[in-house]
Amino acid sequence: MSAPNSDYDPVEVTPLRADEVERMRDAALEAIAAADSVEALKQVKIDHVGDRSPLALANREIGALPPQARKEVGQRVGQARGAVNKALAERTAQVEAVEFERRLAEEAVDVTVPVDMEPVGARHPLTTIQDHVADIFVAMGWEIAEGPEVEAEWLNFDALNLGPDHPARTMMDTFWVAPAEAAMVLRTHTSPVQARTMLTRQPPIYIACPGRVFRTDEPDATHAPVFHQVEGLAIDEGLSMAHLKGTLDHLATAIYGEGTTTRFRPSYFPFTEPSAEVDLLCYVCHNDPAQVADCPTCRGEGWVEWGGCGVVNPRVLIACGVDPERYSGFAFGMGLDRTITSRYDIADLRDLWDGDIRFTEPFGIGL
Amino acid sequence: MKVPVPWLRELVGLPDSVTTEQLAARLTAFDLKLEEIVGGQLSGPLVVGRVLSAVPEPQKNGKTINWCRVDVGPEHNDPATDDLPAGRGIVCGAHNFGPGDLVVVSLPGTFLPALGFEISARKTYGHVSDGMICSTAELGLPGGDQSGILVLEAGSAEPGDDAIALLGLNDETLDLEVNPDRGYAWSLRGVGRDTALAFDLPFRDPADIEVTDTDGEGYPVVVEDREACPVFVTRRVTGIDPTRPTPEWMARRLVQAGMRSISLTVDISNYVMLELGQPNHAYDAAKLSGPIGVRRARAGERLTTLDDVDRVLDPADLLICDDEGPVGLAGIMGAAHVEIDDTTTDVVIEAAYFDRSTVARAARRHKLSSEAARRFERGVDPSLQARAAQRVAELLVEHGGGRIEPGITVVGEVAPRPAVTLAADLPRRIAGVPSIDLEASVAALRGNACEVEVQGDQLVVTPPSWRFDLNDPYDVVEEVLRVVGYDQVPSVLPQAPGGRGLTRAQELRRRVGYALAGAGLVEVKTFPFAGEEDFDKLGLPADDERRRQVLLENPLSAQEPGLTTTLLTGLLRAAGLNVGRGHEDVALTEMGRVFRTRDDSPHAPIYGVDRRPTDDELAVLDAALPDQPLMAAWTMLGQREKRGWSGPGRDATWADAIAVAKRLADVLHVELTVEAVALAPFHPGRCAAFLLDGTVVGHAGELHPKVLEAYGLPARGVAGEVNLDALIGAAPELGPRPDFSSFPVAKEDLAFVVDASVHAGDLQAALASSGPLVESVRLFDIYAGDQVPAGKKSLAFNVRLRAADHTLTDAEITEARAAAVEAAARFDATLR
Repeated sequence: MSAPNSDYDPVEVTPLRADEVERMRDAALEAIAAADSVEALKQVKIDHVGDRSPLALANREIGALPPQARKEVGQRVGQARGAVNKALAERTAQVEAVEFERRLAEEAVDVTVPVDMEPVGARHPLTTIQDHVADIFVAMGWEIAEGPEVEAEWLNFDALNLGPDHPARTMMDTFWVAPAEAAMVLRTHTSPVQARTMLTRQPPIYIACPGRVFRTDEPDATHAPVFHQVEGLAIDEGLSMAHLKGTLDHLATAIYGEGTTTRFRPSYFPFTEPSAEVDLLCYVCHNDPAQVADCPTCRGEGWVEWGGCGVVNPRVLIACGVDPERYSGFAFGMGLDRTITSRYDIADLRDLWDGDIRFTEPFGIGL
Repeated sequence: MKVPVPWLRELVGLPDSVTTEQLAARLTAFDLKLEEIVGGQLSGPLVVGRVLSAVPEPQKNGKTINWCRVDVGPEHNDPATDDLPAGRGIVCGAHNFGPGDLVVVSLPGTFLPALGFEISARKTYGHVSDGMICSTAELGLPGGDQSGILVLEAGSAEPGDDAIALLGLNDETLDLEVNPDRGYAWSLRGVGRDTALAFDLPFRDPADIEVTDTDGEGYPVVVEDREACPVFVTRRVTGIDPTRPTPEWMARRLVQAGMRSISLTVDISNYVMLELGQPNHAYDAAKLSGPIGVRRARAGERLTTLDDVDRVLDPADLLICDDEGPVGLAGIMGAAHVEIDDTTTDVVIEAAYFDRSTVARAARRHKLSSEAARRFERGVDPSLQARAAQRVAELLVEHGGGRIEPGITVVGEVAPRPAVTLAADLPRRIAGVPSIDLEASVAALRGNACEVEVQGDQLVVTPPSWRFDLNDPYDVVEEVLRVVGYDQVPSVLPQAPGGRGLTRAQELRRRVGYALAGAGLVEVKTFPFAGEEDFDKLGLPADDERRRQVLLENPLSAQEPGLTTTLLTGLLRAAGLNVGRGHEDVALTEMGRVFRTRDDSPHAPIYGVDRRPTDDELAVLDAALPDQPLMAAWTMLGQREKRGWSGPGRDATWADAIAVAKRLADVLHVELTVEAVALAPFHPGRCAAFLLDGTVVGHAGELHPKVLEAYGLPARGVAGEVNLDALIGAAPELGPRPDFSSFPVAKEDLAFVVDASVHAGDLQAALASSGPLVESVRLFDIYAGDQVPAGKKSLAFNVRLRAADHTLTDAEITEARAAAVEAAARFDATLR
């Protein structure tokens, strides 16, 4: 840097000449415009804006000018440097944006590759249907009751009006706990849960009992020694078969969809009187005359068997401590395994029990 | 109950306009549910033919066939030719017939259900056989030489007659499911009465029989046990011609009803049982010695029943005896040695009423059911015995040429059934059918042969003698409702009082189910049966308490004699199935109950049913039941994360198995402590026990290599099982309150050198509780090698420090760090 010199004529200082400043500015702007990468811009910055750039050096010369000359020259150089800095910033932003886009474009992946590295779990349909049915009852204001699977003979049979010599007992295909004198069975139905509920609380009682039950059936395509049921029990003042029908119609609609009605056929169960079998309007053909004949689900019947039901036998109420003069009630029960197999067209019941992951997986965590 | 439709139609006088399907539908609506309609599939032309000629023609294959000319009536005959009379040419392989015999010919177009195809004219053995001469079997008829040609009685028909009608080949049979409370429906009489009621027809009771020749003794009887045998009737028929055949119509009905035709006397006995529902027995009088006695069996007594089984009798068995000993198991089956044979001319007819449960128990004891036992168990009309014996006797006279001997022995009688009194509006209230009024109730009950008296607002209903099911007011309601029609019940949704929703335990169980699925486990369900073989595969020591099963009296298989004590028996079996089917990477879970015997093997009491057991009695009952906790189990085999384009994947390890238990504890907000244990079926050095307040509630880890091998599972497979009842029981009502500070964190990394035997979890816990400023501690590195002395390892932790209410000062951080190091010193840990 030259020392201050008041006699110095700025016009005589070459770098500060107007045309020279203009030339330096234009050279810088040209270089900035020509730079097409962040790298190139870095070099342009060093060459034209850096400490050793012509404009920076020119700027330094200003100090050496006499004070009266500094203003004009300072303005000239300052404007030039400002224009260059602005252009550099603009160009840098431009180039960076382009480079950023390019980088993102280069980072593109094939999103169609398999991404199932993490294991995916699933719930068994017999679990989810039990939950689903329980929710329907809860929505009706009912509660869900439970009980043991190894059950006392008295609760599985006697309390339900199935005395020791009752012919229906032999039809139950019961697993007996050894020794037989232990008087315990694997529950053949969830009805002992109903008895337990009546034994422990007073009406009104509105309960449903989903659960696992047992019969001595060798497993094959249509039989299993273990299966699932849901039973319901309502005990209140003034309940009748009509309330039973209303409840079953509601349940049928909730499970199988609007318009699914039920019908009663007389039947016999020791724990109910009158007793009925309940059929479901076929949920595939809806007993439509045009379709019913070829319907594979109801086999031309228009109805499918659903379960058993009836008005609770007062003898059961007495054994369970409920006053039959004041209260009446109804009970019903249906298998859930068949609900799954028939709705999903599963031909072999063993698929539910083998544990092949390919059976459960398609169900995910809900039906 | 198999009900031959023509028999039922004849009995009831059912109009022809009612089809079999309509009949069946009405009976189903009357609680006699149709199982199936049997028969009715045969279609003609099936005609009677007369064999004109039969020329034997030996064949190359060694057989000789008959080339026959058969007159099948003018409608079907080919016209006569120069050589041949009018008729048809038929090839027949059988030889038990000849020219002049009347046979049954199925002409082309006939469908025989026994063959399952339609007959057509076909070329065979060098002739065109223009039809088929039928054998007994081909026609589906009973008796005789089944494979031989059915030769009809000479003069019984003419060529061209419709053989379907002649032989009743298209008779239909209703197979009805009779519920155990309707014993009366095990008879044409009972089904007939319900049919008449269903179609509103007058009913003529086939049991309206006058009992004749009652003067004098039938056959002497001594009934020792009047409770087990309230009624016993005998009478005698002599001079039966044992060569007489059973009338064709009777044999046909017996066969249609599912019985065999044996001999006239036996057939008549069975026919009356089917007709009236009264089992009865005809003894060969010549083989009886002394009076008939009815008594319980004596210890050690034996009896060979008609099915040729030598039975050791139980003192509770009721026997029919003569002077020589037992001649029958009462109500179930007679003895072989007094059986009717083809020389029997004189018989003693027995018709009795036995106590239902006495017969039921004996039948169960001897695993012997019979047509008779089935009826006695369900209740036979106790007023019927003398009339049924009369009916048998009369049929023996009519068809066997016998003679009714004067005299009848009737021991005992049964009081009429007690009346049932009920509120007159009970049927309407309980059925919920508004149209059931007094008139409808009374009419329905009278149709069921009940006597009905209206007393004010009450009905007094006396059921007929055969209705054992009508005891209570509600029983009467059902009888009214089945006549009015179950389809009349309206649909009314009852309004339950507000419920409380799922219980906490039910909710938490669902939460666990979703958590298990969320952990990538696929839920399976398996049968809870197991046996020694399973426990051996799991490598359980001989004295392991998990070998102590709840055993079953009647297991399905000897290999699985009882209930399982661990879900792993079923789960590992299912895992093996998956591996066997080609899935190497399997993660399974099951939630279910397991069963544990009680040491004192208590017996559950059986209480009466006339009152509620007391709370104490109920407690005794519950205490007798085995412990049956709900468990959750899981197993992971092969890769936990799959190999692929993104990398080599990651195998499931013992840590994954433990993580599942931790996850369940987390979702339930319970704290599990982990301890290392050695326990089957796990790898002895890779098994964690989970403790809840000091009690072990589960285990997880790597499965023992031998267990994996036994189940055919890949190496390093892992598993776990926890007691969900225990975990859920410990879950707090509310989860923890969120508690965090928004002041800055200070992070300190501390690496300690400790003995190789120090458990990282213990050191981590010590650091975590080393001061109030410690927010969290996390192990980030374990190192053993050159950089640390032999027998030592380095454990490195991230420790985060934070205060609830201010920014930590350097002094506080230094102090907290020092406290952590000091806490670690208890493990002889030195800061690295």
